[in-house]
Amino acid sequence: MVSARKQFDVLIVGGGPAGIAAAVSAAQSGKRVGIVDDNPALGGQIWRGETAQSNSEAAAWLAKLHAWDVEVCAGTRVFDQPVSGVLRAESGDGTYQIEYGKLILATGARERFLPFPGWTLQNVMGAGALQALVKSGLPVSGKRVAIAGTGPLLLAVAAYLKNDGAKVVAIYEQVSRTALAKFALKVAAQRGKLAQALWLRKELRDIPLITNAWPVAARGNGVVESVVLCRGGKHEEIACDYLACGFHLVPNTELAVLLGCRLQNGYVQVDDFQQTSQPNVFCAGEPTGIGGVELSLIEGQIAGLVAIGKEGEAQSLFSARRKMRSFAEALDRTFALRPELKSLASTGTIVCRCEDVKYGQMTQHRSWRAAKLHTRCGMGPCQGRVCGPATQFLLGWTPESVRPPIFPVALENLISETHEEKEHTFVM
Amino acid sequence: MSEQIAVSVNGTRVTVAAGSSVAVAMMIAGASCRTSVSGEPRGPLCGIGICYECRAEVDGVAHRRSCQVACTTGMDIRTDG
Amino acid sequence: MSAEKYDVVIMGAGIVGAACALECARQKMRVAVVDHDVIGGGATAAGMGHIVVMDDSEAQFALTRYSQQLWQQLRPELPDDVEYTQCGTIWVAADDEEMAEVHRKASYYQRRGVPVQILSAEDLARLEPNLRKGMAGGLLVTEDGVLYPPCAARFLIEQAQALGATVQVGAPVAEIGNGRVRRADGSELSAGVIVNAAGAWAPELTRGISVKKRKGHLVITDRYPGFIQHQLVELGYLKSAHSVSSDSVAFNVQPRRTGQVLIGSSRQYGAEHKEVDHEILGRMLQRAQEYMPRLSQTSAIRVWTGFRAATPDKLPLIGPWGEDSTVFLATGHEGLGITTSLATGRLLADQLSGRASQIAREPYLPSRATTMEHAHV
Repeated sequence: MVSARKQFDVLIVGGGPAGIAAAVSAAQSGKRVGIVDDNPALGGQIWRGETAQSNSEAAAWLAKLHAWDVEVCAGTRVFDQPVSGVLRAESGDGTYQIEYGKLILATGARERFLPFPGWTLQNVMGAGALQALVKSGLPVSGKRVAIAGTGPLLLAVAAYLKNDGAKVVAIYEQVSRTALAKFALKVAAQRGKLAQALWLRKELRDIPLITNAWPVAARGNGVVESVVLCRGGKHEEIACDYLACGFHLVPNTELAVLLGCRLQNGYVQVDDFQQTSQPNVFCAGEPTGIGGVELSLIEGQIAGLVAIGKEGEAQSLFSARRKMRSFAEALDRTFALRPELKSLASTGTIVCRCEDVKYGQMTQHRSWRAAKLHTRCGMGPCQGRVCGPATQFLLGWTPESVRPPIFPVALENLISETHEEKEHTFVM
Repeated sequence: MSEQIAVSVNGTRVTVAAGSSVAVAMMIAGASCRTSVSGEPRGPLCGIGICYECRAEVDGVAHRRSCQVACTTGMDIRTDG
Repeated sequence: MSAEKYDVVIMGAGIVGAACALECARQKMRVAVVDHDVIGGGATAAGMGHIVVMDDSEAQFALTRYSQQLWQQLRPELPDDVEYTQCGTIWVAADDEEMAEVHRKASYYQRRGVPVQILSAEDLARLEPNLRKGMAGGLLVTEDGVLYPPCAARFLIEQAQALGATVQVGAPVAEIGNGRVRRADGSELSAGVIVNAAGAWAPELTRGISVKKRKGHLVITDRYPGFIQHQLVELGYLKSAHSVSSDSVAFNVQPRRTGQVLIGSSRQYGAEHKEVDHEILGRMLQRAQEYMPRLSQTSAIRVWTGFRAATPDKLPLIGPWGEDSTVFLATGHEGLGITTSLATGRLLADQLSGRASQIAREPYLPSRATTMEHAHV
């Protein structure tokens, strides 16, 4: 194992659209710019596997990135900030100690999962998860896939899977058709591109989109065989090989919280210049509010420009961002979880999958901390990233503060050599 | 047809498309990734390295996130450890 | 509105407060337990959870052994989630000098009826193959064990509740004294006796007691069943833990019933912040790696800190606080609070009910503290 040191004037954590846009904007200055990302390749979740397709938006952005001298550290995950201005990250072959002048957090989002009976069966997974697995080689040709939950991601995944040969049985969306139609109108009015991408795609035309419907149970012996859905007050059971089920997205804010950045309504608080409450730390993309690729690209560019002192140029993007943000707000409103989902878990349903803690065990306690101490919920390697957002919705609990390491790491990597003073003096 | 490579899942040879993740190799082999604390067989949940449900032993190293590791020829994947 | 009235109000729902509550409730006292946070949320949650005999002093031995026996008696009643495991402690000797300490310790324990077994280098390597090669040997203390402290505290609290005790969590207290407990919201409880069992925070409620915070760090790994079988402690631990003035680390690992490895330990004075201190954490893990090289590749899933309530002579304060006849202390247990909680509950209830104690109570009386001074500033 090696321990390498790196220094950047501008460091970006997260190589999705926001991170790539930030890097491209910052790199124009000639300053040393680097991107760190946990995944094997850049693109984030939304552009996973698309960066190689020559005609994609992803490839275009990546080409811009490669036109500049940006150092990319893929397969590398930041787990700690031992002293201000220095991050520690782990990769397959060792650790990096990364010093930065300005830091841009573009850590993206993950799917929200809600527990219901049978959700721990194999082949019940997130909608984005199934797409990611297909992109990493999983063959789904001829497989029956039921898609359920909420959010525009369900439609995108349905189209993708169908294109890949899967038989998408139906999409079950928990919001009402009226709410969805209102949202679609807004999208069509403001964002022709997204409407095209989702509602007008031919792949979706013969996939039933069933609104006001949600999964209440998955059935099977070890592996899912069918899903029971609540639809118009009645239950119906549909056979499937995969249940792709996610309830919109939650932002990845752990690193921001570790750095001391203030949150507001669960998102990282930023000012007009994407500046967080911490000096020299910016945030762009989903952690500041779930708004999709286009908002992420704009926020990333603003953050990148501000990080190199080009506030004026950044300001020219404010009005575009304002429009996109209203879309983000509409997303939050439209895909808010309906209260009926709070009763999906029964007392015997596992909520914490790392430690197999059941809902009935957790409800005996009054706070996340008490439940954690007495039931072990959230004590596993995911550090509560799955059950935390679920219990926040189900029980109104707020998670504990974040401690390093923010991801499990090889024990030897917790031994840092950062006690010495930072040698390098930054020009900014 | 893309290039295929062979890996071993619990001692059984499995071929996958080059670039496939270890999680995918296990799914193709019909193996659960891990057995949960209370004995349930589990497979991937998030697919992006967050949930740790797909942990498996890869080339002797326990608790690897199999969805984030790409298969290499001859890789020894164990889910029963 | 008149104040709620109790015979005993216990400040702190940690394991010591819980044990005191249970013993007082058993003596038919009307008991209330008040905690600003949750049951077992302080040092109880942060600590390792060992049930061990220790021999730094006769008084420490008497208290730990008595308490260990009380745990053994209680064992059949403990629910599964308390995870009581009698894994034994092995004091690991790295060299001949430490092996001499093994022999001294062995004869000390044997004379006092504690079952021990001296391990040769080969025995040790066979019992714990993940220790680095070339250790000199060790001492196995077979009746030592580990448990999961928050659930143990909750069990004791529930037993006390079954006997009529009241528990108020999430209730910050502003002030205690003169038979009254005043909550932060201004409401009051009236008590014949107030027991300050607030651990490292006890001095905030009872000014001037000889208790200081001693910060510790712990790391827990993912599950590696069988990685270690016993609690392992280096004998160099004695040297470092003896120091009451400087920061120190020691190799101390525990097998948890989950298959996880719990790794300690560090001791720091004067550190008031709960944030992880990277420098001492690094030293602690370096030490752990020296003893167990294969630990370096295990997946560390969580790091946390906590505060021990330390006294200058490493013995707890159990008994009346001389300056207010209504205030009793049950604090200052340093790193041994889980072990010594049950004995503390007994000794305290003995004093409150006028019952004779099974071990001498004088070494733990707070009145001894007038002659104690912390060695550090």
